[in-house]
Amino acid sequence: MTHTRRLQLKTLPLILISIVLGPLGNVFLGKAMKGIGSVTSARILDLVPIASRVLASGYIWLGIACLLGFFIAHMLLLTWADYSYVQPATSLSYLSISILSYLLLGETISLLRWLGVAVICLGVFLVGRTSPRTTGAPNRG
Amino acid sequence: MVEAALFFLIVVAGTAGELCVSRAMKSIGEVHDFSLKSILSFVLQSLHLPWMWLGIALMSLGFFSLLAILSFQEVSFVVPVSALSYAAGAFGAKAFLGERINRNRWIGIAVVCIGVTIVWWSRK
Repeated sequence: MTHTRRLQLKTLPLILISIVLGPLGNVFLGKAMKGIGSVTSARILDLVPIASRVLASGYIWLGIACLLGFFIAHMLLLTWADYSYVQPATSLSYLSISILSYLLLGETISLLRWLGVAVICLGVFLVGRTSPRTTGAPNRG
Repeated sequence: MVEAALFFLIVVAGTAGELCVSRAMKSIGEVHDFSLKSILSFVLQSLHLPWMWLGIALMSLGFFSLLAILSFQEVSFVVPVSALSYAAGAFGAKAFLGERINRNRWIGIAVVCIGVTIVWWSRK
């Protein structure tokens, strides 16, 4: 098995986990923040009561748990794969975020927005076909 | 204006934070096995690196900005627009991590930016 092939075998499952957990986390954060109400002030005095309400929301913690799982998968990927490969590859999540916001949050997604998301995914596909690593392997054991 | 400032923080602080984390990760080296023990030691190792903490601080700033914008904008709008971090990420990875961005990657990143523009037009 070539080194590139072996890299892809462990890279792809982790990317898949990232694609599901990351968007799910964002959907929960969105649900929590919509329940808090509009935050547009940057004054500390205004932010304190908002922060306490945010911390008391169950959805926030659910979202943070999902994002934490996403973050660990992401960190593992970054130990061997290029950042400029991982970031676009995991970003098929733009398709799953649209689907999840539609299903779980009831957001209406216009044709224009679906088109934009599809173009983003096309861009992701183009980047995803390049090699996972372009720099040397510094600490190969 | 508030919205633009928040998007700026999400994209720039978030991407700068990820670049710092990536730099920290590369100095640990490739992870070969996925036992709980080696993952834990990997996490502990990473917490000793200053780049990791700088990365966490910047990513936190990006995260709080994301929370703020989600309080008044749709998830299906905010998340795709924050894909602008692709362009920021590519420039940053080239300058800061020495990654070579070949022509195909640049084309992909350009297409992503076109997609972001289209999503921006769908703003409510």
